[in-house]
Amino acid sequence: MEMPILSVVIWLPIIGGLLVLAAGERANAGRWLALGVAILTFVASIPLYTLFDATTAAMQFVERAPWIAAYKVEYYLGVDGISMPLILLTTFITVLVVIAGWEAIRESSSQYFASFLILEGMMNGVFASLDAMLFYVFWEAMLIPMFIIIGVWGGPRRVYATLKFFLYTFLGSVLMLVALIYMYLQSGSYEIAAFQALGMGMHEQILIFFAFLIAFAVKVPMWPVHTWLPDAHVEAPTGGSVILAAIMLKMGGYGFLRFSLPVTPDASMSLDWLVIGLSLIAVVYIGLVALVQADMKKLIAYSSIAHMGFVTLGFFLAYSIRVRTGSLSGGAMGLEGGMVQMISHGLISGAMFLCVGVLYDRVHSRQIADYGGVANTMPRFAALMVLFSLANAGLPGTSGFVGEFLVILASFKASFWYAFLAGTTLILGAAYTLWMVRRVLYGEVANDNVASLNDLNARELLVLGILALAVLLLGLWPAPLLEVMGPTLQQLLEQMVQSKL
Amino acid sequence: MESLYLSIVLAPLLAAVIAGLAGRLVGRAGAHTVTILGVAVSFGLSVYVLLGLLDGSIQVYNDTVYVWGISDGVRMEVGFLVDRLSALMMTVVTFVSLMVHIYTIGYMKDDPGYQRFFSYISLFTFAMLMLVMSNNFLQLFFGWEAVGVVSYLLIGFWFKRPSAVHANLKAFLVNRVGDFGFLLGIAAVLYFTNSLDYQEVFAAAPALQGITIEVFDGHAWSALSLICILLFVGAMGKSAQVPLHVWLPDSMEGPTPISALIHAATMVTAGIFMVARMSPLFELSLTALSVVLVIGATTALFMGLLGLVQNDIKRVVAYSTLSQLGYMTVALGVSAHAAGIFHLMTHAFFKALLFLAAGSVIIAMHHEQDMRKMGGLRKYMPITYWTALIGSLALIGFPGSSGFFSKDAIIEAVHFASIPGAGYAYVCVLSGVFVTALYTFRMMFLVFHGKERMDAHTREHLRESPWVVTLPLILLAIPSVVIGWLTEETILFKNYFDGAIQVLPSHDVLAELGQHGTTPAYFLIHGLLAPPFLLAVAGVGLAWYLYLRRPEIPARLASRFAVPYRWLVNKYYFDDFNEKVLAPATRALGQRLWRTGDETLIDGAMVNGSARIVGWLSGAVSRVQTGYLYHYAFAMIIGLAAMLGWLLLES
Repeated sequence: MEMPILSVVIWLPIIGGLLVLAAGERANAGRWLALGVAILTFVASIPLYTLFDATTAAMQFVERAPWIAAYKVEYYLGVDGISMPLILLTTFITVLVVIAGWEAIRESSSQYFASFLILEGMMNGVFASLDAMLFYVFWEAMLIPMFIIIGVWGGPRRVYATLKFFLYTFLGSVLMLVALIYMYLQSGSYEIAAFQALGMGMHEQILIFFAFLIAFAVKVPMWPVHTWLPDAHVEAPTGGSVILAAIMLKMGGYGFLRFSLPVTPDASMSLDWLVIGLSLIAVVYIGLVALVQADMKKLIAYSSIAHMGFVTLGFFLAYSIRVRTGSLSGGAMGLEGGMVQMISHGLISGAMFLCVGVLYDRVHSRQIADYGGVANTMPRFAALMVLFSLANAGLPGTSGFVGEFLVILASFKASFWYAFLAGTTLILGAAYTLWMVRRVLYGEVANDNVASLNDLNARELLVLGILALAVLLLGLWPAPLLEVMGPTLQQLLEQMVQSKL
Repeated sequence: MESLYLSIVLAPLLAAVIAGLAGRLVGRAGAHTVTILGVAVSFGLSVYVLLGLLDGSIQVYNDTVYVWGISDGVRMEVGFLVDRLSALMMTVVTFVSLMVHIYTIGYMKDDPGYQRFFSYISLFTFAMLMLVMSNNFLQLFFGWEAVGVVSYLLIGFWFKRPSAVHANLKAFLVNRVGDFGFLLGIAAVLYFTNSLDYQEVFAAAPALQGITIEVFDGHAWSALSLICILLFVGAMGKSAQVPLHVWLPDSMEGPTPISALIHAATMVTAGIFMVARMSPLFELSLTALSVVLVIGATTALFMGLLGLVQNDIKRVVAYSTLSQLGYMTVALGVSAHAAGIFHLMTHAFFKALLFLAAGSVIIAMHHEQDMRKMGGLRKYMPITYWTALIGSLALIGFPGSSGFFSKDAIIEAVHFASIPGAGYAYVCVLSGVFVTALYTFRMMFLVFHGKERMDAHTREHLRESPWVVTLPLILLAIPSVVIGWLTEETILFKNYFDGAIQVLPSHDVLAELGQHGTTPAYFLIHGLLAPPFLLAVAGVGLAWYLYLRRPEIPARLASRFAVPYRWLVNKYYFDDFNEKVLAPATRALGQRLWRTGDETLIDGAMVNGSARIVGWLSGAVSRVQTGYLYHYAFAMIIGLAAMLGWLLLES
């Protein structure tokens, strides 16, 4: 029998996390063990890419066993071109988060690292589940470690932030559960593929579409259910922000691809204007809001929302492209652009939050006004932060460009005005990111805190350096990523225009 | 061949990486040696390619280097198109870059960021080469944005100065406005042709005539006009055409070598190059050509006028760059693309020369840039003076200089043109000649002639710059004189571009011009009698009268004509509008959306509001649970009665 890779990337970190908890606060045991587990998980996930068959849209690395036989709930795992890159992103980012938290966390650090490992396993579970109930269990369970991370190691208003985070995402998911159970009753199975094949009338589809929309829109987050994100980010410790931005937001986008589009294609088609409208609002409105933020983390949080707008925009373009041009050409480009944007945003927003973390560890402030002239005392840090900022502003040659470029090209096929509004990100994204760079990094040394800053240490340099390489690699050569996603998204495109009525 | 072209772009990139990442390891000498070597390799190979293309030993190259990605069946590639147009650009870019590299050794010798500077200018050379050598829109956009980023980094090179970091942000954002249009243009190209490859797009272009798109309901616009105008918006940003010109004068905050390289000779001409490269598209849209023509003509005259009131030596040269870019744009507008590229080339030499000469003056003056504190520098800095004079004569189009041939060709081309806007453009380019001569020689006289107005300390230390500075001046002065003579006939009239630039026969003003005569000698004789020459002489004469003979007059003129003078000094209030209206309004809108939209409406009313409702509800519910049995019994009876009543009514 082959190695059950997916089970390994789910359970290795969870069990590892429990071991880290057991190791307690004894010297360095906890963090070394955590690092070891994170690296092992990452290594274990690499074959998902190297052994991946990029010529098929079928599920791969499938594992299947009965779980709760009475309700036909199965332990059913598998990945395709959508979930595989997201799992690799998760295992990759977790390693960096563990390294980044090495010294920053002084109180109960073993519990901190354990939370991240358990969270990692659950997130992998979300991406790998092919059974809707299993998916739902991971989906909800994932909230607990994140709740703990923000609630225990967070900032002063962490209680408000965690409650807001928990209620928002929990309330969103409850309706999804209702929808899942309804479809189980109709199809007699919790298999996601069965839901996708289930014929449904327009009325049912619309109700289910909205149940999903609320659940996923909160996660993405889309305007107007986005206000939990800036608060959560501001209060979360650096590692929490990184995971939140890099992976957890992707759950929403993943949900649209796995559930909304293939399960309720007719409802998606008749309500695509809603998702596109909200996405464009996210790009323009949130871009403007980001411009006036005085807190670096809030600024990056708002920038995340604007960037995720491209994801949802890209996903729903196919319908209006077909209406306008009579063909689907461009629809897959929108889907691919959205997917690349998810991966890229994971790298860039993660790096941006790590950059803020580097400053916060030294000065204990996130306010832009407390900085100025950091480039004088931290030249290496400044170079990297400028790189990530330019990537955040969508510079060609960095990963930030690829997704936005594809989505803008595809949206022109749907409507000139979609492309026009989406394109404003070129100006707004550059404005809010580089204005922050100017105020934080450039100028004379602003105060004694900045004067006494030390440049990146080896550990920080390692983390940011790896991310910088990843951002450049994906920007200069996105072909491998596009290749593994291609067949899956092509099949999805067919599913999403296949009427169920 | 591929390895040859790869070496041309990768040599400066590799040098930039070494100087940038291992700057401390290789030291200052190591940094400048490795970058100069890198650029020299590029220059040598570019010349080899250009000569090979001219004598036919090298064929036009158009091939893929690697596949960047395939999305939805569209192949997006990195690849090179090396024909005579790109080879000319490569040679000009690498030559000026090489000169600037050498010059920088002298100019930046005391700067702590020495290695970083060399790394940036080498990186710039790489990006610019990627731009001009591209065979597709994706790579074009990559190069386009990459040169913008290096420009951003270099304008803000002295990042401690508030003015520098203001200028670089401004430059980047204004360019992004242009790029916004440019990207939409690329999206339009893909929409109509389903390809990003130049040759495929150009081949599909004729079939697009007559195809329309409704951007606003009920208004059918020509697809080609839309594509071309959107692409041109990008050119307006990069090549600083009104109203996206505002960033270029401020970019003078950067060190002078990059003002010469990026903000005069190469990057700012990317827009001109792009439109010439896209000539198979632009030729098919008269509307787009007229837009190009009018914008270019406006820039040519009105930006030149601003040069008259500047006191900072670099800003005078900057406004003259704006004006000359306007001339090139005008050439594109009247389909004299070859003349536009010809002027681009001559301008690259003489304008880089003028900037570097200005830099040489600035070194001697201990980084004083105000011309009112200069004067009489001729005798202290003879090489700088004579080379600057050559540059100035070329700039005003003095007969025989390189600028004469290229500028005259443009003016004559406009003269022959008949597309809408040509009359306006002719007036602009002709009066522009007078204005150019006036501000150029105002600068020459204020800096090198007349009374010495600097303080005693500065005067004591005045001396000619070292050889690393003067050598590039001399090497740039030579082409500023002779390049026109040598190449005029070939480039303008002998089908030099060989299909790389396409002109419809009905638009071909250069061919019409060529019927009268094509040789440099003809141009020279013709030029000595033509209005441009007389206007230039008048301009120089007036400059002499106002700034040497009667230097008290300009101040009197300024107070006499206070209103127009204020308009000029305030640069037609473009900056004021942007900084006092546009930027604050945008920030206020953001603030309003945040405070009212997010905090009051969404968080206040919806989120916390629903939390309050839940709180109130649970409070109300908990009050019902009083613990008294008779309350519960009463409630049960009421409930029972209600249910019975409902059942009765139902049946």
